[in-house]
Amino acid sequence: MSSSVTTTSSATGSFTPELFAAHLASVSHLPAWWLDRKREAWARFMALPLPKRTDESWRFATLTGLKLEGYALPPAVTVAELGHAPIGIAKAGKLVLANNRFVTQEAISAELVQRGVIFETLQNALLKHGDLVKSHLLAQPVKQGSEKFSALHTALLGDGAFVYLPKGVELAEPLAVFHYAAGAGAAIFPHTLIIAEQGAKATVVDFFRSADEGAHFACGRNDLYASHGAQLTYVAAQTWSRETLSFQSNATVARRDARVQSLNLHLGGRQSRHESHSQLQAPGAHSEMLALTVAHGSQEFDQRTLQIHQAPHTSSNLLYKNALLDSAKTIFSGLIVVDPDAQKTDAYQSNRNLMLSDDAEANSLPGLEIQANDVRCTHGATSSRIDAEQEFYLQARGVPKDDADELLTFGFFEEVLSKLDNAPLHDALVDLIKLKFKKPAGAS
Amino acid sequence: MSDVTETESLTAPIADIIDNPVSGIDQTAGNFSYKMDYEFDAGTGLSEKTVRYISTVKKEAPWILDFRLAALKQFYAKPMPTHWATKDLENINFDKIRYYLSSGQKPKRTWDEVPDDIKKTFERLGIPEHERKFLAGVEAQFDSEAAYSNIKDVVAKQGVIFVNSTEGLREHPEIFRKYFGKVIPTGDNKFSALNSAVFSGGSFIYVPKGVKVAMPLQAYFRINAENFGQFERTLIIADEGAEVVYMEGCTAPKFSTSTLHSAVVELVALKGAKIQYITVQNWANNVFNLVTKRGVAHEEAEIKWIDCNIGSRLTMKYPGVVLKGRKARGEVISIALANDGQHQDTGAKMIHAADETTSNIVAKSISVGQGRSTYRGVVHIPKHLKGCKNNTECDALLINPNSRTDTYPAITVRGDRNSVQHEASVSKVSEEQIFYMQQRGLTEGQAMSLSVNGFINDLARQFPMEYSVELKRLIDLEMEGSVG
Repeated sequence: MSSSVTTTSSATGSFTPELFAAHLASVSHLPAWWLDRKREAWARFMALPLPKRTDESWRFATLTGLKLEGYALPPAVTVAELGHAPIGIAKAGKLVLANNRFVTQEAISAELVQRGVIFETLQNALLKHGDLVKSHLLAQPVKQGSEKFSALHTALLGDGAFVYLPKGVELAEPLAVFHYAAGAGAAIFPHTLIIAEQGAKATVVDFFRSADEGAHFACGRNDLYASHGAQLTYVAAQTWSRETLSFQSNATVARRDARVQSLNLHLGGRQSRHESHSQLQAPGAHSEMLALTVAHGSQEFDQRTLQIHQAPHTSSNLLYKNALLDSAKTIFSGLIVVDPDAQKTDAYQSNRNLMLSDDAEANSLPGLEIQANDVRCTHGATSSRIDAEQEFYLQARGVPKDDADELLTFGFFEEVLSKLDNAPLHDALVDLIKLKFKKPAGAS
Repeated sequence: MSDVTETESLTAPIADIIDNPVSGIDQTAGNFSYKMDYEFDAGTGLSEKTVRYISTVKKEAPWILDFRLAALKQFYAKPMPTHWATKDLENINFDKIRYYLSSGQKPKRTWDEVPDDIKKTFERLGIPEHERKFLAGVEAQFDSEAAYSNIKDVVAKQGVIFVNSTEGLREHPEIFRKYFGKVIPTGDNKFSALNSAVFSGGSFIYVPKGVKVAMPLQAYFRINAENFGQFERTLIIADEGAEVVYMEGCTAPKFSTSTLHSAVVELVALKGAKIQYITVQNWANNVFNLVTKRGVAHEEAEIKWIDCNIGSRLTMKYPGVVLKGRKARGEVISIALANDGQHQDTGAKMIHAADETTSNIVAKSISVGQGRSTYRGVVHIPKHLKGCKNNTECDALLINPNSRTDTYPAITVRGDRNSVQHEASVSKVSEEQIFYMQQRGLTEGQAMSLSVNGFINDLARQFPMEYSVELKRLIDLEMEGSVG
């Protein structure tokens, strides 16, 4: 229990053994192997320390903000209580989860079910497709610094989304999943697992939202597996409340001739950490990693990426753009690793920071570890304000300065958003960004 | 002399030195005629006694001894930075190192004992005869008295002070003490602390206001027994409007019995001054070369580091500039060549601390065989500064399939009135280029040399001509071993 005087925050905070026991009881109907894994993960979470100043993988991050106190596993909520508003895009299916539980869905068509497509909650998948899930669930290592939080996720994961695309199936419309946190101090553990078999093609969109302005805790994970020749597009749009502490980790495995595109939109949270890991495992694999962050007030967005090329003739392309306002802070740390046998690799990485205020801070740590020599690898990072000439051009044509800045800022975003093939989805994301600019940014 | 054959590489003949650092060397001290009151030999290993011995032998003022002792404590207290640096650092055996050698104690060898490959390298690089013996460790002293005394007279007339560290602190404390240990504080890192405890040799230079030193000042002019570069301490102060260029090192492989070199170089460029510091390092392959170099540029001043790292087993060196005054400018030009068994871990640090300061970093590295080259950089622009710009470019060339390169820059920018640009690329020599040249009659080895020299050409041209010529020849030598 807490002592009367604590100078440092506890390494486990609100996540006590009692809390874990209660959670385990609530999922006791799930397979035994899964419960064992949860127990192991819990032990790891308890044993690992919080990140320290000397941890290279947490360089520049504000460690004092990583407080685990004040959270609890929240009770269930109904659709009505959520105030869930439709996103307005045509979709092949929808799944809504809130507070770690299933709430409602729009199932995929019978025809797709017949062809073998699975779009279900993770708990259902654990019960009905145990072997398939077991070989993929949380199977990828966490190497970028969030081992403790990843263990917490595994231990307290309640429910999530599971997508399985059999051989050759192509979905014309995207699948949408909504993850909500509702109620003050709600701690949620969103999870999305996507497996695309040979030649499958689909787009999956995750929306992460706070149902109210409370301080939430989100510790999520999404894993993408693209087999031979599969094409996956994954979009994650995060609009947590301004007081939320968020950890999100992604692992993408691209096999032979697979093409994976992932786009992460970061808008909410007080302090958010996102780790993304792409493994190019077989020749012809390609991974496109995109992210767009709009940082306001005193938000902090910490993004760490890893592109690992493990086979010859693979390629990856990363474009992470951040727009910083007020006294916000971003950290981008990207590493490209090329294994000794991965000849003929093409790997690119680009981090662009648009500084829109005098107090904003952008940190870039683009990195390379190259052990094969017949490769083309480049990385670049730039930080600058809006181009004065472009601004003047618009002003000279009668556009007020603020509007000109907004136009140019959205132009800055467009390079990332335009890479999406889906126009309605693109517009939906632009709307989310516009909403953020309309909100008061604290003292203004 | 026959040419070096295709299968020989520059690093092979040094194997005997790697196995036994002092093999083939005459360890008997010879005539030891250095008069001293103390009869304690500094010996190997580091302790307070060693530090006191050094200070006594140099007849230093008490404040310098205090400085050294405080630094020694810091050295003991700090851990090895292996949480980010290579674990190879753990192979340094501090107890086996000699921290101070006076002239009579320097071990030497005969010309016959110098390995053939070293002799061939001197031949290929066109090193003058009398320099060869010094570089090979056959003579403890480079007889540069004649050349040196002329230069010394010319610059002395301009008011330039050019002495070694001991003399500088003893004869001119009113000039040097002000900045000594201020650009690089003792506690900056473990190795600056080590140097601060046992430093010896190195150049202390002061250039008065408005004086532009016409010719580059060279470390060679100050060669004496102490100045083997082991724990050199250099401090260069250019007063307002002054300009000076300083050069050290050479492209030829430098013999050393000591396996640890840890120098500290501090530069101070006052308002409107310009300092250019050129280093070419080619230590033998058993040497750990861990250097701390930093300059402070005041208003409208300029500091330029031109750095070439070819030798040593492990070099860790990150020349930096603190841009303290408005419109100050800092630049780091770096070439690194890493062959088998070598790790060049170099980079640059630019700390902006005033408006309208600019910095430029161009780093090119070549990894041959199993060599590993690493770039580490820091660019820091704190808030409320405006008009600052940084441009960083690091390019790496990997010659062989198992060559390795890493890049780890860290860039922090605050505020919307500054701009920073960083780019890096890694590639191998273009096959098309090689084919083109072979079609026109060049051998693969010659084509590779031309390509690699082309890769660094822009940077090599910034070195004084003698260096850039030697550099080209050295690259040719290194490339011969790599092809086939």
